[in-house]
Amino acid sequence: MRIGLFVPCFIDMFYRDVGIATLELLEKLGHAVEYPAQQTCCGQPMGNSGFTAECAPVERLFERNFGGFDAIVCPSASCVHHVRHKSGIARGVADRTYELVEFLHDVVGPGALPPASFPHRATLHNSCTALRSLDHESVPELNVPFFSKPRALLAHVAGLELVDTERADECCGFGGTFSVTEEAVSARMGQDKVSRQEKSGAAFVVSADMSCLMHQAGCAARQGVGLRYVHIAQVLNG
Amino acid sequence: MKRVHVDHAEGRSKSLAPDGPAPEREAQPRGARIRGNRPVDHAEAAERFLAASDHVSFHDKRLWDLREKRDRESHGIAEWEELRGLASGIKEHALTRLDDYLELFEKNAAANGIVVHWARDGAEHNRIITDILRAHQATLLVKSKSMLTEECGLRPHLEELGIAVIETDLGERIQQLDNEDPSHVVVPAVHKLRSDVAEVFARTLGTDPDNDDPAYLTEQQRRSNRPLILDAKVGLTGANFLVAETGAIVVCTNEGNADLCASVPSVHIVSAGIEKIIPRAEDLGVFVRLLSRSALGSPITQYTSHFRGPRAGGEMHVVLVDNGRTARLGMAEFWTSLKCIRCGACMNTCPVYRRSGGLSYGATYAGPIGLIIDPTYNRHKYSLLPFASTLNGSCTAVCPVKINIHEQILSWRRVMAENHEPKLRKRLSMQGAAALLSRPAAYRAAVDAGNAVLPHIPRFVLYNPVNAWGKGRDVPVVPGQSFHAWYKANRK
Repeated sequence: MRIGLFVPCFIDMFYRDVGIATLELLEKLGHAVEYPAQQTCCGQPMGNSGFTAECAPVERLFERNFGGFDAIVCPSASCVHHVRHKSGIARGVADRTYELVEFLHDVVGPGALPPASFPHRATLHNSCTALRSLDHESVPELNVPFFSKPRALLAHVAGLELVDTERADECCGFGGTFSVTEEAVSARMGQDKVSRQEKSGAAFVVSADMSCLMHQAGCAARQGVGLRYVHIAQVLNG
Repeated sequence: MKRVHVDHAEGRSKSLAPDGPAPEREAQPRGARIRGNRPVDHAEAAERFLAASDHVSFHDKRLWDLREKRDRESHGIAEWEELRGLASGIKEHALTRLDDYLELFEKNAAANGIVVHWARDGAEHNRIITDILRAHQATLLVKSKSMLTEECGLRPHLEELGIAVIETDLGERIQQLDNEDPSHVVVPAVHKLRSDVAEVFARTLGTDPDNDDPAYLTEQQRRSNRPLILDAKVGLTGANFLVAETGAIVVCTNEGNADLCASVPSVHIVSAGIEKIIPRAEDLGVFVRLLSRSALGSPITQYTSHFRGPRAGGEMHVVLVDNGRTARLGMAEFWTSLKCIRCGACMNTCPVYRRSGGLSYGATYAGPIGLIIDPTYNRHKYSLLPFASTLNGSCTAVCPVKINIHEQILSWRRVMAENHEPKLRKRLSMQGAAALLSRPAAYRAAVDAGNAVLPHIPRFVLYNPVNAWGKGRDVPVVPGQSFHAWYKANRK
């Protein structure tokens, strides 16, 4: 399969290693992976602020960059949710855009994952978008049978012990532009999240969404909490 | 025999405040500053609420406790999701045939001896009620909880005319005595600590300022209110449901005060929004099962009272109020917000609401449901409210009538942007971001600007100066190389 790797702007800038882990993981699975050099962003920051019309040129660029691939894979749920469900990006392109966990779980299958080891105690953070818009895990507010795609993938990682965080489904307060327009509430939500993660006894927080982790890690550093924040691609890549 | 444990709604909520009066009482944070028609600044009020640490931690825990009780109740009913689907379907059906069902209700209610009034807006609603009060030479109105009367400003209107109004719901009474709006549609004084209530009652009812025992405070309030209820000629209640096929009005409460207001005075007035209509009595089997479980995590309200006509020798009036509802019904993206049954579940689960308090929204309706219905009353004044959300979607997931609340919040942001409501600075930065992000070379140059990158990133990713991020959080460490640069060096 010819895969176009979509690396969100903030991962490109701040989290090079998450991009590398995603690329290596997809390569290990035997796919031809290409990172189109002209990519920028999906338009989510403008779209989530209500500036839908302003997104159009960014969306045309996305189509030009990714239109030729069998699948587009991205290590960020909120970006994929925006591309697939909110943006004006052409259906043919948007429908072939996958978030990494759903691509690994639904397209590749957990059984095909390469061996990985992560001998640590960790807690899983599902982003709100992954949880309630991309079906990573059964929505906790709903009376539906339990399932979890990230847990099914992480079950293949040797040595990993997952522990639960209280109020696991509560938003951490990042929320894109919310993190600065509602700075006080956002920071408090992040601090509350970090305190509960610390209480879980985990050494690491694992998530499919680096934007939540950017916010949580920023709060943890300010609070002097020694938790480490890693993207699920880094754990699955061994 | 299996012991069945029943949670009695508000009455059973545990005290989360420390025992005994605190050595230094934390002052209660007040709500949003209302400055005429200028946009309400939720963020500013939220920051003040967050500065009151005892209040915010109690508020957050108390409401999360309700969310957890709601989860337990909803997970205990196998057909919960089916009930939500039915409730949503019944409401959508009724709303799309609203005129037919309202006329059917009017016909049946009138046949039962109820006088039905129609009010186009809050002013008409207030005038109708004033006329009824004057016809009975009443100088006092005892009322139970009604968000609609808050919407219409009934209390200040009557007080201006010299008619006393007594709220009989405990939480509403506390708010009335403190001259504050309700902060929550079900638990209106939830933002107050019991020490705040002790202070309000000491000031207004003459209670012991050092006694903040809930049982004592409740009893004192009861003693001051009950004689007034006995004296009143006219009582007013809200309505949870109007049943079209029977002309009956259903009121769900926990304190029994609505029943006193409806039954003790000889005249009973019901204020009801036109969206409260449901077609059949059997539909109540769906809504009554959902309402209190969603609201407080209790299986049913203490009182579910059906009023079908005036008591012998008395009068019963129903005021059916539009006040913007038919206009909202015509809004393609927002009409389903009329399905709301005012359970407050979206508020209880909302992490922003729990940490900012209902009064920070500066509007009749707070929390997620407020974000999507307040702008229908005044788009400019409430133009910032849709941004008081992380779009996490928990509100939508708990909503018993399946309103897509978080999607409507996002739609309102678009409406605000299209109507140039956001400040010019934000509009320009969004346009600037779009221009940069659609030009790969310029974008790459910005990213590759080395050390100069950091001050720029938050501006075009997050559009605001970096200090808003950095006030409570550290900024991420730039690794010195972008993924883009790494890829160029290692793969191509």
